[in-house]
Amino acid sequence: MSTSEQLKKQKQYQQYVKKITPSHSLPLNMAKAFLTGGLICTFGQWILNTAASFGLDKETAGTWCSLILILFSVILTGLNIYPRIGKFGGAGSLVPITGFANSVAASAIEFQTEGQVFGIGCKIFTIAGPVILYGILSSWGLGIIYYTLKIMEVIS
Amino acid sequence: MKPGIPYGAASIEFLQPVYIESAAAITGQKEGDGPLGNLFDMISQDPLFGAKTWEAAESTLQKETASLAIGKAGLSPSDIRMIFAGDLLAQTIASSFGIAETGIPYYGLYGACSTMGEALSLGAMAVAAGYGNHILCAASSHFATAEKEFRFPLGYGNQRPLSATWTVTGSGACVLGSTPPVSNPQKSADTMRFHNGCAVITGITTGKITDFGFKDSLNMGGCMAPAACSTIYQNLYDFGRTPEDYDAIFTGDLGMIGQQILLDLLSEKQIDIRNIHKDCGLMIYDNKTQDTHSGGSGCGCSASVLAASILPEVARGTWKRILFVPTGAMLSKVSYNEGASIPGIAHAVVIEHRDL
Amino acid sequence: MDYINAFWVGGAICALVQILLDKTKLLPGRVMVLLVCSGAVLSALGLYQPLTDYAGAGASVPLLGFGQLLWKGMKKAIDQQGLLGLFTGGFTACSAGVSAALIFSWIASLIFHPQMKK
Repeated sequence: MSTSEQLKKQKQYQQYVKKITPSHSLPLNMAKAFLTGGLICTFGQWILNTAASFGLDKETAGTWCSLILILFSVILTGLNIYPRIGKFGGAGSLVPITGFANSVAASAIEFQTEGQVFGIGCKIFTIAGPVILYGILSSWGLGIIYYTLKIMEVIS
Repeated sequence: MKPGIPYGAASIEFLQPVYIESAAAITGQKEGDGPLGNLFDMISQDPLFGAKTWEAAESTLQKETASLAIGKAGLSPSDIRMIFAGDLLAQTIASSFGIAETGIPYYGLYGACSTMGEALSLGAMAVAAGYGNHILCAASSHFATAEKEFRFPLGYGNQRPLSATWTVTGSGACVLGSTPPVSNPQKSADTMRFHNGCAVITGITTGKITDFGFKDSLNMGGCMAPAACSTIYQNLYDFGRTPEDYDAIFTGDLGMIGQQILLDLLSEKQIDIRNIHKDCGLMIYDNKTQDTHSGGSGCGCSASVLAASILPEVARGTWKRILFVPTGAMLSKVSYNEGASIPGIAHAVVIEHRDL
Repeated sequence: MDYINAFWVGGAICALVQILLDKTKLLPGRVMVLLVCSGAVLSALGLYQPLTDYAGAGASVPLLGFGQLLWKGMKKAIDQQGLLGLFTGGFTACSAGVSAALIFSWIASLIFHPQMKK
């Protein structure tokens, strides 16, 4: 069999498998994600408002908001509750900052048996590492553009 | 006298039947809550099996199952000539660390979820060739070790697609022998013998790696069904049989989607096994109430279902001849990340009822 | 009012990402990376700030907001330190979030043990 024929056959097989594979109901999943994500953000808004009522400025309030959400997420991960929220909410629990914290905490707890350095130390970044790397890298790339435009006095 | 005859391209018929002397299965709680729960020898409520790590837990599970199978045959570890065993972990550590304590000569196998088929094939060949009177075959899997090895840490909140399978926490072990299982009126043994019936291995078909270029690791049925199709077809062709010659054909862990694909692929070849096909992954859980999506998976799935449900039924004579075809998906995290496809393999073992 | 805006905007972002998860089979790790990078780009283009003004936590709590935070920190650092800011801005901006996640998680690893999924 020639390579192109083989590729065609593989493609046919993939399409066939896709056709017979059932999937979750997307509208239902979206509704669950909407509810879960919405509630987490509303809780965040409550923290923001409470912080503001203590007279904190916007930036400081935002930092407290992240800190408290992360703390809650880590505790719920440890108590094995966050996986259940994730199973129900899908993207609703993945997209907020709590999803990031969950990925760090789950790795730390899981890999403690492999030791402090090569277990927790290395593997704590298994899922969250890429987020930090590419977050820093993309902001750096954007920073270079901004810096260049600034030197060329395109923007002030 | 010759121990067996090679048939066709990939099969062997044993001239002297290889007796299955005993079989044992131990599982976790979720499997114990399933439809086969009352058939397993033991169900552990503690997913750690008294150990400190998931890996040690799986080792303990496999060791206990192996010891139980040896005990049920009325034997002691020193009677066992060699062990063929495997699991899903990298470098098959669950088996090596578990079996180490028994002090029995050991071959470690990796056949992914098809490992029990691989172990039985090699074990039967060794017994038929006269290299040992008692040989142990075992395989295990554990939900937590498999999640850690292939997917996410357990505390991570992700959604599993409906095509995903649930790794069975369980282990199955069989003692193969050149003599029939003893009938033991003193009840010191609990062999695979019902009245005067027992189960024997009469042939095998060795699977080949089958790759349809499929890459979705959360749809294992789609990766492995072509391998099951290829091995079942080869078995029928080599032995000159039709599906009617088998009372049942058991695959290991194709799940709902894989089963559908297998039936479709075989019907393209004008072979219909619709009425006799069963899948261990669909037998072990109640998909509706246990939320396991496509079904159970892992080497422990086919191994524990074989030991607890299939073999006793063959020994009783409910089925006269069955084909046991566990399938495996040959991927590693590295091959997956590097974009390689997920090839499958399936090993077939012909098991027949014998009156003694 | 700000609670309602936070709820529906935050919820809507999650619902849209759910489409991405279900339709493209992108693994969660890739989706998180995508969100943070998009957040940074959208903010640099000045498109994200209006949403933050409107929805508050509804826009800042999702990981897109994490990207926005990174960009804001980067811009501030370049304005103050010039070239050096390129290398201090990102981590300065996300220091609280990342430190909290790491520290709390490490403490959690002392207290909790992995448990089986149900």
